[in-house]
Amino acid sequence: MAVIGATSGTGAKARWAVLDVIVVVYALVPVLWIVSLSFKTKETIADGNFIPRSWTLQNYKDIFTTNEFLRALFNSIGIALIATAIAVVLGTMAAYAIARLDFPGKQALVGVSLLIAMFPQVSLVSPLFEMERSLGLFDTWPGLILPYITFALPLAIYTLSAFFREIPWELEKAAKMDGATPAQAFRRVIAPLAAPGVFTTAILVFIFCWNDFLFAISLTSTEASRTVPAALSFFTGSSQFEDPTGTISAAAVVITIPIILFVLFFQRRIVAGLTSGAVKG
Amino acid sequence: MAEIVLDKVTKRYPDGALAVSDVDITIADGEFIILVGPSGCGKSTTLNMIAGLEDITTGELRIDGQRVNERAPKDRDIAMVFQSYALYPHMSVRENMAFPLRLAKVDKDTVTKKVEEAARILDLGQHLDRKPGNLSGGQRQRVAMGRAIVRDPKAFLMDEPLSNLDAKLRVQMRTSVSKLQRRLGTTTVYVTHDQTEAMTLGDRVVVMRGGLVQQIGSPQFLYEQPKNLFVAGFIGSPSMNFVPGSLENGQLSTPLGAFPLTDRIRSLVESANAPREVVVGLRPEHFEDAALLDDSAKASGGAFTATVDVLESMGSDKFAYFTVDGDTATSAELDELAADLGSTDSSDSGSQLVTRLSAASAAAEGASLEVWFDSDKIQIFDPQDGRNLTLES
Repeated sequence: MAVIGATSGTGAKARWAVLDVIVVVYALVPVLWIVSLSFKTKETIADGNFIPRSWTLQNYKDIFTTNEFLRALFNSIGIALIATAIAVVLGTMAAYAIARLDFPGKQALVGVSLLIAMFPQVSLVSPLFEMERSLGLFDTWPGLILPYITFALPLAIYTLSAFFREIPWELEKAAKMDGATPAQAFRRVIAPLAAPGVFTTAILVFIFCWNDFLFAISLTSTEASRTVPAALSFFTGSSQFEDPTGTISAAAVVITIPIILFVLFFQRRIVAGLTSGAVKG
Repeated sequence: MAEIVLDKVTKRYPDGALAVSDVDITIADGEFIILVGPSGCGKSTTLNMIAGLEDITTGELRIDGQRVNERAPKDRDIAMVFQSYALYPHMSVRENMAFPLRLAKVDKDTVTKKVEEAARILDLGQHLDRKPGNLSGGQRQRVAMGRAIVRDPKAFLMDEPLSNLDAKLRVQMRTSVSKLQRRLGTTTVYVTHDQTEAMTLGDRVVVMRGGLVQQIGSPQFLYEQPKNLFVAGFIGSPSMNFVPGSLENGQLSTPLGAFPLTDRIRSLVESANAPREVVVGLRPEHFEDAALLDDSAKASGGAFTATVDVLESMGSDKFAYFTVDGDTATSAELDELAADLGSTDSSDSGSQLVTRLSAASAAAEGASLEVWFDSDKIQIFDPQDGRNLTLES
């Protein structure tokens, strides 16, 4: 826990502890509430209790028995992974060029990618809808992957070029002097050092694709490509008059799990200060 | 091991800036040569051109008689030590040193043997499995040297390798670098802005200024026979003192008083066709406390009396600083030297003098002192083009 300067001592520690607890509770209460809802029975779902009075796994059973949710989960994972992989590979190349090379139109490239990042996505939905319908991309995986890549690339380029700029230029010169070809220098020296940046970017891009609702709801119409955030909105209860809160909560809990796994898996590779010791210190 | 020849090598950047102009240097096999000069003089650019990290605009670079202008750095078989060391932070010391050998596809046993031998030479044995991040500055510097020596390259290039070390370690590493080079006998080109390193390390020193080679020679030769004002002012620590002077009938009038030229200097100055107004250079060690000399010794020089501004006692010597009234010597080259040292405050009250006196001197700060100087050791320069008028040809 951070103890700043003169405020050390048990009093200060207690104050920090209280502050930390407030922040954690503030952040986690909505999540825990959803988890709580997902374990409640239909009868108690609206009782307002934080801890369910009667526990059930029925909601989870329900979502996994319908093909609808499983298919959406499969779409989500597939689309997000493919979009992330392509965006990170393209972003790495673009960011390396931006950080290292001086080429005509560099400022324009950076400016345009910034413009895309700032463009309100909702204003693009209608034209994209028409374009994808006439191109036959509507309600397909590529139909979602393409816009995801487009909007994730500026993010990827920005994050990655910041990381590449951190890598001392002289390391590449040293590799050249040691007898490496440019490809060897990139693969054996630059890429390992840029790895934390690549993983950070991958996580950010994956989360962006995974959470997207706007494109998912606008550019899909069937189970063929509908992702989980869109599919959730199509959940119905067992009858027309029944509220699907329980199943939606269960589905919401389930789709946070891949994100948590993804972050935990890559977090171990994000070692801050990996470049320390390269140059004088 | 190889001979490196720079034949009218010029570097002009696309924006038209001329970084290095017509550099002609022949570096003999096994020679330790130093490129020295103030920042922006083109010494690092010259080194990068030898390395292949920068293109040569015109001229030819030959290693062992072969033109290598178009060869990539990896095909030139030369190793480089960078100012920042440029160690690979994700590799251990062993992997760092093995990297050039592994790229060269040397078999594993040889790699291990060579890395261990280099580690032994550089006293890095117990650090082989550590990461550069956990090493001290001096150790990192040695790893950088190790990475250069493992593959027995034709030449070493060193770009200010010691400038990131603290003063004490720098002196120590200077000796190690010198010993290492003698032991390996590999042609070495070493860039520095520190004239002490240049004087102590090199077989020969190349003084550069504004992309032009000023003079090439052994450290002692540059010290005693500087070709121009710039070299005279750059080489030597503390640096040479400059005062304005005017020549008339074999007499030299300076702010230190007027005195006759010695016969040796008079004939040199006459054959060099000297102008009337000149710049006079005096090395600090050519001064002495007049009280310590007998009359016969004093007769062979000039003397002046001034107040000691600052006195630094080094134990073996005393450095006394004076301000001498009168004009100060001016020339473009002296201005540049002053700018490089960061001393832009040109005192208008008179010339600053540094003198090295014997430790026995009774000089005291604030007290007046009579100082003798050896008038046969003075150097006289043309203030217009900076050339030394007292060069023995």
